[in-house]
Amino acid sequence: MPRSAVPEVKANPGPTALHPPKIEVQGLSCYYGRFRALTEVKLTIRERQITALIGPSGCGKSTFLRTLDRMNDVIEGARHEGAVLLDGEDILLPDVDVVALRRRVGMVFQRPNPFPMTIFDNVAYGPRIHGLARGSDLEDLVEDSLKRAALWEEVKDKLRHSAFDLSGGQQQRLCIARVLAVEPEVVLMDEPASALDPISTLRIEELMHELKQHYTIVIVTHNMQQAARVSDETGFFLNGEMIEFGPSTRIFTDPADKRTEDYITGRFG
Amino acid sequence: MTAQAKAPSLRLARRKAANGLMWGGAVLATLAALVPLGLILYYVAAQGISSLNLAFFTQLPKPVGESGGGMANAVVGSLILVGLASLVGLPIGLLGGIYLAEFGNNRLGWAIRFAADVLSGVPSIVIGMFVLALVVIPMHGVSAVAGGCALGLMMVPIAMRTTEELVRLVPMSLREGSLALGATHWRTIVKVVMQAAKGGVITGVLLAIARIAGEAAPILFTAGSTQWWNLKVTQGPMSSLPVQIYLYAGSPFEEWHRQAWAAALVLVTMVLLLSIAARYATRGRMRLVR
Repeated sequence: MPRSAVPEVKANPGPTALHPPKIEVQGLSCYYGRFRALTEVKLTIRERQITALIGPSGCGKSTFLRTLDRMNDVIEGARHEGAVLLDGEDILLPDVDVVALRRRVGMVFQRPNPFPMTIFDNVAYGPRIHGLARGSDLEDLVEDSLKRAALWEEVKDKLRHSAFDLSGGQQQRLCIARVLAVEPEVVLMDEPASALDPISTLRIEELMHELKQHYTIVIVTHNMQQAARVSDETGFFLNGEMIEFGPSTRIFTDPADKRTEDYITGRFG
Repeated sequence: MTAQAKAPSLRLARRKAANGLMWGGAVLATLAALVPLGLILYYVAAQGISSLNLAFFTQLPKPVGESGGGMANAVVGSLILVGLASLVGLPIGLLGGIYLAEFGNNRLGWAIRFAADVLSGVPSIVIGMFVLALVVIPMHGVSAVAGGCALGLMMVPIAMRTTEELVRLVPMSLREGSLALGATHWRTIVKVVMQAAKGGVITGVLLAIARIAGEAAPILFTAGSTQWWNLKVTQGPMSSLPVQIYLYAGSPFEEWHRQAWAAALVLVTMVLLLSIAARYATRGRMRLVR
């Protein structure tokens, strides 16, 4: 029997036609004022794969994630060097329309941040601002988004209730549904489960596996088991530098760099 | 051994005594603040209720010597003046407050904040004089519009600073959530930030209205007073409760004094209702702000 026939749950197909590059990051440096948060980061995020970014606190992984949808623009004194190519087009250029960009690249935050409105209006918020749907089309889109976020069954009878009536885990899935409703291509997740209990965390992870069929996912996580469980490729950040990047199966079993090994074996961080 | 044990217990007794003393002092201070308030409310109610009748709300003032009559024109006039003041003061106050909270971390924001603080400290009579020079004289006479401008000017700093405080309370994560969906900054402010701050802002607005509803000085010579109906807001004097109180309470006539007490009771009740409404608007909404 050929070796490739050995069943391996998370076999990485590698750079195949199935998973062409979606985002190519080239020599990306990021500054907050005089502080350099990222130094010459280079990596490739593949389509319909889950890419995990790990590293100790303050290593720049959140900063990196926020450059992918230009959310660092919100922070005063933040600036970039280098290029981030989304489908071959540089999104860091000043004339890029961030509104259009953020529709293609959605973001889920660390703490659930539902808007102070009903469950329905939370999900409908994005489609309404982009004029994607109205009336019954909008209702269908909301239902579809909630189903994709595995929340529909729990909220279908209380769509007009306040989003604050939901539990933390449900709120986070609502935030995911809200992002899916604008039909993005890439979903960025910044420690999406760190504020949740273990069962909610598991649900989010299961959800990510399903979302992977349609979306490119980039997740920042502190939890190495989580990164190993859910991701296809993993990048290790330290002090604003990308130390190592590769298939998760290899990174977690046979890291090439000593610092990666020290980190994943729990010697620091 | 006993000496060692005694020292801590003495210290403990001293600490307990100090604690009791401070607690007693705080309770006394609270009572000292509450008693005058209770007395004012009681006195106004006791004096006013005997003079308050249906005629107060339906009839015009009677000339000196005649008994009866009411302050219908002043009750309506006060409502009109407060309405006009809100039209002038609230848009500026609310939008200014949003600007300060969202974009105000610069020199202009600092200057506006400083100006608002100074304005809220300007004596209300001076604001009356300012409007006299700027509105009354060019318009050749007092009017409800001029009075509304004076009161509105007083509302601006109150509405602006409370709005700013409350908009600042809205967590950054809500703004980011909206921006990350591709919403513009303005859309984010209107649909998400203001939605979260709504309860508090309504409270601020109601308190600002309550604050100016009882002011006599700014409208004394901008809106004036009259014995007759005048529903023309751009021309001629407009009576109001505070100014009527000022005129009637200072008069030598017993009948007018009783009318002034009735007016005071109506005014205090209006302000009290506004304050209660303000409390009610905040209740249960703060949860949304988190």
